[in-house]
Amino acid sequence: MPATEARSVVVFHTTSAAIKADKAARQAGLETRLVPTPRHLSSDCGLALRFARVDRAKMEALLREAGVEPAGIHDL
Amino acid sequence: MMATKRQEIAPLGARTCGKVVQGMNVVYLDNAATSWPKPPQVAQAMADFLEHSGGNPGRSGHRLSIAAGLAVLEAREAVANLVHIDDPFRVIFTLNATHALNLALFGLLRPGDRVVTTSMEHNSLMRPLRELERRGVAISVVPCDHQGLIQLDVWRQELARGATLACATHASNVTGTIQPVVEMGLLAHEADALFLVDGAQTVGALPLDLQAAHIDLLAFTGHKALLGPTGTGGLVLAPGFPPERLQPLVRGGTGSRSEREEHPDMLPDRFEAGTPNGVGLAGLRAAIDFLTDQRIESVRQAEVAVEQELWDGLAAIPGVHLYGPAAAERRTSTFSLRIDGMRVDEVGLRLDEDFSILTRVGLHCAPAAHRTLGTFPEGTVRLAAGVFTTREDVQRVISAVSEVAASAAHAPRVPPCVEASAATRGRSGKEA
Repeated sequence: MPATEARSVVVFHTTSAAIKADKAARQAGLETRLVPTPRHLSSDCGLALRFARVDRAKMEALLREAGVEPAGIHDL
Repeated sequence: MMATKRQEIAPLGARTCGKVVQGMNVVYLDNAATSWPKPPQVAQAMADFLEHSGGNPGRSGHRLSIAAGLAVLEAREAVANLVHIDDPFRVIFTLNATHALNLALFGLLRPGDRVVTTSMEHNSLMRPLRELERRGVAISVVPCDHQGLIQLDVWRQELARGATLACATHASNVTGTIQPVVEMGLLAHEADALFLVDGAQTVGALPLDLQAAHIDLLAFTGHKALLGPTGTGGLVLAPGFPPERLQPLVRGGTGSRSEREEHPDMLPDRFEAGTPNGVGLAGLRAAIDFLTDQRIESVRQAEVAVEQELWDGLAAIPGVHLYGPAAAERRTSTFSLRIDGMRVDEVGLRLDEDFSILTRVGLHCAPAAHRTLGTFPEGTVRLAAGVFTTREDVQRVISAVSEVAASAAHAPRVPPCVEASAATRGRSGKEA
């Protein structure tokens, strides 16, 4: 995604959930990247999933479908 | 001579089965201890992991850590698919089945609880249970018949007396006897007991649907029928099992909730702490892919045919006694034998030295099972075939055992096992 595009991140309860969500997102064709969790957002889990803010609805649907309960979704 | 034969194992790959050890084509019949050879894909996946995904799985945000975390997740998914559950986070990885059984037993049971189990159990289940008995848990051991099969009516009666937990091996590691786990699980649930199954000998060998068999907790190992490396195994929690009923065995770093000094509750972190065996799990995943490609059902059909040929050939030899169900479909690829007039250690050594046939002799860490079979404390010679055992191997074994049995028939009588009187005094066996 272009560096100037608005982004959001999903934060998780476990690193396993973060990796599972990333795998599901890639399979669904979403452009995502696992990043170290921004310290000001959460300390729940060391990995967060960054994605384009415009994809938020798709991301929420995808998490539901994958059975992954996020700890939160935040705009960067 | 002896030392030379036992050195160095030829690398896999030159032959698909890689069964050549120091120039000798061995017949490996110790697959119930650990399977060998492994599919070449296993070693390849492990080498790839070390070279390309060498980070600490999921702990750090960089690409090597993420690649390692993905390898662990994919191993979890492979196991979940294998036992027909949807949520991979209900697969808790441990070092082996023993570790998983300890997690289940020490995590569930408290003084005053009652457990029903069978007389064919391995020490991986019996030893934790005997320790829990010392701490105030009541243990009831249901007898099995001379072939190692559970007496279902006694199982039902013992459960009816009230039980927190019913636990049993899916198949014996001594005779291969497959227990009727579906019926056993149904009876456990009718008595409001949880059902824990030791799948060390069966996960990978027999198709198993966790929920259809009424299993709440399933312990498995990666290095036997699943064909993966040692140091892999786990405990699978059934979809309806509430994780809060189980206390963790280990607590520590998880990469989550790092601000807290209390261990987190979320799966799988609740039961996993410390760096996981990423390289081993990468190998396990490759092994499960191999098995899935071959289809466990068709592997099983081929094994049953080979096993029946082996049993029938050996049963016809004078002086040879076999232990286990005669029908191959009623056991895994494992059974035991003894030869009249020859100690089991001598039989095992001769098969190895003179015929390059590798077996395991003794009590197989299962004194309870050997008491049931009437083979305690001397034990048996265990023959545990595997995926790569061929009809040619079977013929070699039959002809070797014939030769050994013929020589035993002409030898002077051997003295009885010298450790017999000492070993019968205690409940525990002489071997772990």
